Amino acid sequence: MKILVIGGGMGGTILVNNVARSLKDDVKSGKVQLTMLSASDKHMYQPGLLYVAVGKMTPDEMYRDQASLLEPGIQFHVDPVETFMLDQNQVKTKSGKVHSYDILVIATGSRMWPDSIPGLKENAEFFYTEETAVKLFHRLREFQGGKIVIAMGVPHKCPMAPLEIIFMLDDFFKERGIRDKVQLHYTYPIGRVHTLENVAKWAQPEMDKRGITYETLFNLKSVDGEKRMLHSEEGTEINYDMLISIPAHKGMEVIETNKLGQNGWIPTDRFNLNMEGRSNVYVLGDTTNIPISKAGSTAHFEAETVGANIVAMVKFGVPVRKYDGKVFCFIQAGSEKATYAMFNYNQPPDPKAPTRAIHWFKLAYNKLYWISARGLL
Amino acid sequence: MAEKKIIDARGSFCPGPLMELIAGIKMVEIGDEIEVLSTDKGSAAEIPQWLKKVGHEHLGSHEEAGVWHVNLKRTK
Repeated sequence: MKILVIGGGMGGTILVNNVARSLKDDVKSGKVQLTMLSASDKHMYQPGLLYVAVGKMTPDEMYRDQASLLEPGIQFHVDPVETFMLDQNQVKTKSGKVHSYDILVIATGSRMWPDSIPGLKENAEFFYTEETAVKLFHRLREFQGGKIVIAMGVPHKCPMAPLEIIFMLDDFFKERGIRDKVQLHYTYPIGRVHTLENVAKWAQPEMDKRGITYETLFNLKSVDGEKRMLHSEEGTEINYDMLISIPAHKGMEVIETNKLGQNGWIPTDRFNLNMEGRSNVYVLGDTTNIPISKAGSTAHFEAETVGANIVAMVKFGVPVRKYDGKVFCFIQAGSEKATYAMFNYNQPPDPKAPTRAIHWFKLAYNKLYWISARGLL
Repeated sequence: MAEKKIIDARGSFCPGPLMELIAGIKMVEIGDEIEVLSTDKGSAAEIPQWLKKVGHEHLGSHEEAGVWHVNLKRTK
């Protein structure tokens, strides 16, 4: 049986490692062939970008060689897919090689889409790539005072990022001793400061306590760089000295060009994680169109489900598990405290007040991630 | 007018039905209709409020077996 995994991010890596361990003898005997195709030989710990932006992590700390994370027996190639030929159970890569499969897993992830808002790309700072996070760090370091506005697009990767960056900025400027010269202004698309009601319930008083101002029901429509002015879909305006954006995201270009899903999101069954209409194609993480968080945690738990089902299909001929929508997200509440939100399709989250202990665990997880990517945690 | 787009946000706590709509409405043409499915009662009230504020047309809402169906038209 040929199992082909497209994408070397968190979801694809956990899945392929779990399957490799569970089917160790079958892989060794050649009965099962496990192949991963990725666009990069590096694996990035993406939550590290937030810390890079405020100078609490160096870019190098975010990377490992992808090959070093994979179990023996997995064939890994840096050769991204360019064409999906799903009717033939084949893909064609950039190098021109054709790979056949019995089971295909698509875990290509997402990318930021600042072009979705006129003026945003030219006038905002971001922290969703190494380059933009490093640039933002330098700008923050040089900032001498004024109004910093956080504005976002929808959907965006990591729904906790807007809160995390605003609280981190509060502590960043306190540590620099110029907090009194900086106005931090937070905007959010719906009528509270976070989409999770229970998260908004602690975040809003926390903002009040820290002197962070906010405007809800603010959906960014355009940015006027000359006047340093934001315009919203709701008809309001906000001026700024520095704009930091969590921009809208879309799926990868290869998904769009192959017409697998609008805006690069593949229609996916929320329980079985099959691409709709394709029983031998699975979709993981940001790439799905499932209405849950686009976050590494989502990819992690989906990968565990699909991995278990692939193993079961090899051993029993049928899948054994359904994905229940489980997501677990840390929420960094400033530079010294953190909390978390855990939820699934049926159970809303009930985050507790941030503590130092959870912050320390989050810092530990920044290192433990590499064990997690191996599918061991 | 295109076929009505369904945004199935049942079981969505994060990003939630309204955020799914905000993302989804940009993927249809002006004049197209959308039906949002939600198991969150709060969204049934929240979505019409947002539509009114932004200026899209709320065509009606009803509840059926624990699922709220919110119908709307993109007008701008």
